[in-house]
Amino acid sequence: MADIRSLHDAVADLIHDGDTVAMEGFTHLIPYAAAHEVIRQGITDLTLVRMTPDVVYDQLIGAGLVRKLVFSWGGNPGVGSLHRFRDAVENGWPRPLEVDEHSHAGMANRYVAGASKLPFAVLRGYRGSDIPTRTDTISTVTCPFTGEELAAVAALNPDVTVIHAQQADRAGNVQLWGLTGVQKEAALAATRVLVTVEEIVEELEPRPGGIVLPTWVIDAVSVVPGGAHPSYASGYSVRDNGFYQAWDPIARDREAFTRWIEENVRRRTERTEKAAVR
Amino acid sequence: MTENTPDFTRDELMEVNAARALAGAKTCFVGIGLPSTAANLARATVNPGLVLIYESGTIGSKPTRLPLSIGDGELAETADSVVPVPEMFNYWLQGGRIDVGFLGAAQVDRYANINTTIVDRGPDKPEGRLPGAGGAPEIASNCGQVLMVLRHSTRNFVRKLDFVTTMGHGGGPGDRTKLGMPGAGPVAVITDLGILRPDPATAELVLTELHPDVTVEQVRAATGWELTVADTVGTTEPPTPDELAALRALKAAGKDA
Repeated sequence: MADIRSLHDAVADLIHDGDTVAMEGFTHLIPYAAAHEVIRQGITDLTLVRMTPDVVYDQLIGAGLVRKLVFSWGGNPGVGSLHRFRDAVENGWPRPLEVDEHSHAGMANRYVAGASKLPFAVLRGYRGSDIPTRTDTISTVTCPFTGEELAAVAALNPDVTVIHAQQADRAGNVQLWGLTGVQKEAALAATRVLVTVEEIVEELEPRPGGIVLPTWVIDAVSVVPGGAHPSYASGYSVRDNGFYQAWDPIARDREAFTRWIEENVRRRTERTEKAAVR
Repeated sequence: MTENTPDFTRDELMEVNAARALAGAKTCFVGIGLPSTAANLARATVNPGLVLIYESGTIGSKPTRLPLSIGDGELAETADSVVPVPEMFNYWLQGGRIDVGFLGAAQVDRYANINTTIVDRGPDKPEGRLPGAGGAPEIASNCGQVLMVLRHSTRNFVRKLDFVTTMGHGGGPGDRTKLGMPGAGPVAVITDLGILRPDPATAELVLTELHPDVTVEQVRAATGWELTVADTVGTTEPPTPDELAALRALKAAGKDA
């Protein structure tokens, strides 16, 4: 059963040095506030998993907390490069970053296998691509029925999955809607689950295309309105495209980045960060 | 603008021709950036019924402005259906339900293979990091056919890829069949100079059309391999006032967002 608790305490209890952590949300519902809490607490040596690392992982990587990245597309959507990610891979700053790289179809299926508690998933993928030459989590398997050779991708089972959702009820059941990405799979694949939500409601009202995660698959729910900013929560906020564009020059420069993290994350508390977003 | 310069840019020529390439298509898996511009322009001009599919899970998006990301809220709000990401890749893409995949690229070779992973910057220098694969390997494999759009330069059109992220026609004819790829693969590469199409016999990209006022020599100079030129090279029609108005309106609305 999910405990409803402060973000500080939930992060401190559920995420530890050296963990494999998935913070999912495909453009929508990215759990930025939780990532910032990880930076404030200095939880380090993380293996981070995400289909699209996005600015949220650019920040964690630049903050020096990440040992390894498992991903499928590492750019700032519609803007350009993730400069902190590039600097870490190309120059080892502020520390070397190991990568395990896939396609979106491969990553999505790795989560499906993880949620299904299967060792791997199959797909018709990676054909003619060099990607399998650089990872040991892609192989092939022969279909026992047709003889077709298919790609096999190793299951992903994060120690912790963190997602942001629109609503929870008092019992800790959670509902998200709009673009729901791979959050259900990422949550069910993980050992521990932390959900930040826009608000607690008396009763979850069914939404078209909505996903409800029952309280008994979640460890902690934290109420963090605006906790997805500069990503968004459909029905509560819109994507702050201006921030994504403004991030480019900040992330290009090591000093500008370090100053930004210091001023906007490390020196803030969860509460003052929330006030700045609103 | 002076009287002697055409009232459109090379980029607009590329975008308009990329949109025209979608005439008659039913469904399109849309990459972000130039492919998204082209697909949205197609809906506003040559193909109002085109079903736009974005990898974030939206099927039948009808945005009124150009989205910055593949997951902008308007894509979901205007969609016929929104599905989870594993379903998008497994049931819809791998399921063979999408006619056209529209991709951009960092590097392309003569067989329309794509690199979006790393670039070799020479000895003693670390590999340059690109974003990675995203959905492209399976889009190129599983869509009925693939269109590509990118600017033409020797930096992008290279003799040899530093890394094959996404296979187009591999090493030549028959390679796709050998690997069991369901779709036909790349059928056109639309650039700011003209259009290249794979030769049916060799699968090698051949210059088949030039944009107005572009010469074969200009295209050769911007291509990193010895470019084959079709026996008869056509010239693309200049953008119509309607096409330009629609393109500029989409972009202006995108900037206001």
